[in-house]
Amino acid sequence: MTAMLNVRDLRAYYGQVQALHGLEFGLNEGSLTTLLGANGAGKTTTLRAICNMVRSTGAIEFDGASLAGRSTENIVRLGIAHVPQGRGTFTTMTVEENLQLGAITRKDKAGVVSDIERMYDHFPVLKERHTQQAGTLSGGEQQMLAVARALMLRPRLMLLDEPSFGLAPLVVRDLFKILGKINREDKVTILVVEQNAQLALELADTAYVIETGRIVMSGNAAEIANNEDVRKSYLGY
Amino acid sequence: MSAIDEVVTEAPAVEAVPKRAMTLGTGTSLIMLGLLILVPLFVKNFIIFQLTMLLIYGLAVLALNILTGGSGQFSLGQSAFYAVGAYTSAILIEHAGMNYALTLPIAGIICFGFGFLFGQPALRLSGVYLALATFALATAMPQLLKLGYFEHWTGGVQGLVVTKPDAPFGLKISQDMWLYYFTLAVTIAIYVFSVNLLRSRSGRAFMAIRDNEIAASAMGIDVALYKTLAFGVSAGITGVAGALGAIAVQFVAPDSYTITLAISLFLGMVVGGVGWLPGSIVGSAFIIFVPNIAEGISKGLSGAVFGVLLFLVIFLVPHGARQVAIVGQQLFAKLKKG
Amino acid sequence: MELFTNQILAGISTGAIYACMALAVVMIYQAIDHLNFAQGEMAMFSTFVSWQLMQWGVPYWGAFIITLAFSFAGGIVIERLLFKPLAKAPILTNVAGFIALFAIINSVAGLIWDFTIKQYPTPFGSHPFLGSQLISTHQAGMIGVTVLLLIALFFFFRFTRMGLAMRAAASLPESARLVGINTSWMIALGWGMAAAIGSIAGMLIAPVVFLEPNMMGGVLIYGFAAAVLGGLTSPFGAVIGGFLVGIFENLAGTYIPGVGNELKLPIALALIITVLVVKPAGLFGRPIVKRV
Repeated sequence: MTAMLNVRDLRAYYGQVQALHGLEFGLNEGSLTTLLGANGAGKTTTLRAICNMVRSTGAIEFDGASLAGRSTENIVRLGIAHVPQGRGTFTTMTVEENLQLGAITRKDKAGVVSDIERMYDHFPVLKERHTQQAGTLSGGEQQMLAVARALMLRPRLMLLDEPSFGLAPLVVRDLFKILGKINREDKVTILVVEQNAQLALELADTAYVIETGRIVMSGNAAEIANNEDVRKSYLGY
Repeated sequence: MSAIDEVVTEAPAVEAVPKRAMTLGTGTSLIMLGLLILVPLFVKNFIIFQLTMLLIYGLAVLALNILTGGSGQFSLGQSAFYAVGAYTSAILIEHAGMNYALTLPIAGIICFGFGFLFGQPALRLSGVYLALATFALATAMPQLLKLGYFEHWTGGVQGLVVTKPDAPFGLKISQDMWLYYFTLAVTIAIYVFSVNLLRSRSGRAFMAIRDNEIAASAMGIDVALYKTLAFGVSAGITGVAGALGAIAVQFVAPDSYTITLAISLFLGMVVGGVGWLPGSIVGSAFIIFVPNIAEGISKGLSGAVFGVLLFLVIFLVPHGARQVAIVGQQLFAKLKKG
Repeated sequence: MELFTNQILAGISTGAIYACMALAVVMIYQAIDHLNFAQGEMAMFSTFVSWQLMQWGVPYWGAFIITLAFSFAGGIVIERLLFKPLAKAPILTNVAGFIALFAIINSVAGLIWDFTIKQYPTPFGSHPFLGSQLISTHQAGMIGVTVLLLIALFFFFRFTRMGLAMRAAASLPESARLVGINTSWMIALGWGMAAAIGSIAGMLIAPVVFLEPNMMGGVLIYGFAAAVLGGLTSPFGAVIGGFLVGIFENLAGTYIPGVGNELKLPIALALIITVLVVKPAGLFGRPIVKRV
């Protein structure tokens, strides 16, 4: 399997402060990978660096092509969808408008219309509320909307930043089931950044652990879940 | 329309000047002071007059810096306070025979009150809305000064001529030179006061309000009090500047205090570096001399040349003279090392 | 009582001018979150361009369309050349830029076309409208065009892809980039559209206030005031605001003693500010909830 995304020696900066210190990892096509770490370890920064939303140096390659110097919107157009922390929903627009926005760069009108229907199949609650203002949806519903919006791009790679944040456990379980389905059936490579390590490790096939801007552990998700240190630091037992 | 409120997480509209950088270092300050004291001894009276105006507008820009750079409130209405200060002084000198020096604190106090009062309704407004309200104040002022009711005091459309004071104690220096040193003394006093104000608890309250009003109020800062206080102080200093201006120019008239003055002061603040008190004099120099330079370059297109020069300045130094000072500081530090 | 109704109707007629200008103001506010002080001057310049075309023999509607296109392109060029470099600069620096632009355009217009007042034609004629003494056919035409513009804008924003993208870019620029929208270009387009709408306002206003470089000064302020009164996020509010401002201005001039022409402006502004103190987001604006 070829590496779809290759990150080498990634250093990222917020002003004078360095947040990532030479990050290296790769994502295989079709994989569902999770990036775990404590608060402030650099998980969100990693995703933002991939989409050039933060100043960084190093090499990031997507499908063999370098992402250096490309604007965020151009990186997105290459097929990378990013569901940011806090979801980034357009709260003043309707659910359906949010989905349309996800597909705004696509030229195939008919495909967009049918994809919207598919999203309603994945997430029936969105269909119920499709003319409602997105800001009136609950947290869990907005998260589903954010994922659906990202899928409307028909991305090859989807980045999710703490999708479980602020959601009830049952809701998170449902959401992760859907993510697994999307990974298997729609063949979307997924990178999930999570603090909720347990569920993330159950969902993913590959895992990385990041600490103060460096990858400290990598491998098969099940192995990582059984690792002594990981269990103590992130799983609580 | 919609039931959803727009949720905004705003970055502060006015950026903070780091505390260390708020004033010039001791060395630079002393050099500046030296220049300000010595240069007038070697130049003609007209240049001395221009230097006096430089200090006076510098005070007005300083006042705006305290209001906008300090407490984050926009004002396009400073010309109104300047006018009130000018007219107060003129009326007291010409109609009440008061000594010119005494008119300064009175002008200051009256304008402080005026500004404090204006700050009250302004509490509910911010940003664009406050700009509009202060703009209304600025456009109203010349018209109010022309009103028939007040003509006996204000001299109506023609205004009032103000007697220029002689140097006291029979000193053998020209009126212009005396007025310059008098203005310099007042300016230094107000500058020192302002620096200390911004460093004090009140100053910190101002800046907390500028950076995040909601958080400031949650911390227990009486936002209403400090905002109106900032307006009051700013208006008061502008009033003193106006009074000095009336004496220096020897004349007050409604059309000297139009919205153009308010806009010029605003530009002076931006060019000098918002919130950077030492920059006030750079801003003042810009608004006094650059229009003349523009007219010198092209009489018919003087406005366009001014606009182009202004663009050049803001492209090169978007943060104003403060940016130049920082670059200068860094260069100086590098030279010292190497 | 009849005087009162007459003043209201007269106010609505003059208000159409402010409504049109207010639409341009709201347009640019939607795009860039600031008010552009030079917009009045841009509209004035466009109107002069159309006048010049007509002097060269181009018929009215031809000149109108060419001017529209020129203004649209001009707005984009000005944004790309002068304000894109300032995108990362503080807001107040951008405001200084608007002021500089104002000075440049005003001065250049004065040089090219001088400051004498010129007549400007109206396509609607200036006869009494439907026999009424209060409203001329031109004023009725102004109101009609403004309403048409409003409807066109409504359709653009609500039913076109570009309109949706522009709304998204103005609402949440970072999220907009994450769906692939080039937010920088959306700003340029917003400027272009605002310039085009401004040019329409200018071409409608010139027959009434006569064409000269300083014609838009007062109009722009009233336009701002109207936009703010209506709520800066609402084109519909801008139009209603425009009519209300026209009415305020007329009533103030008629009923408040001692108010000559010069004090009308500050009084109208004072009235608007009073409304704002009560309803800070304007009459139709969305209340802005600030998160700490």
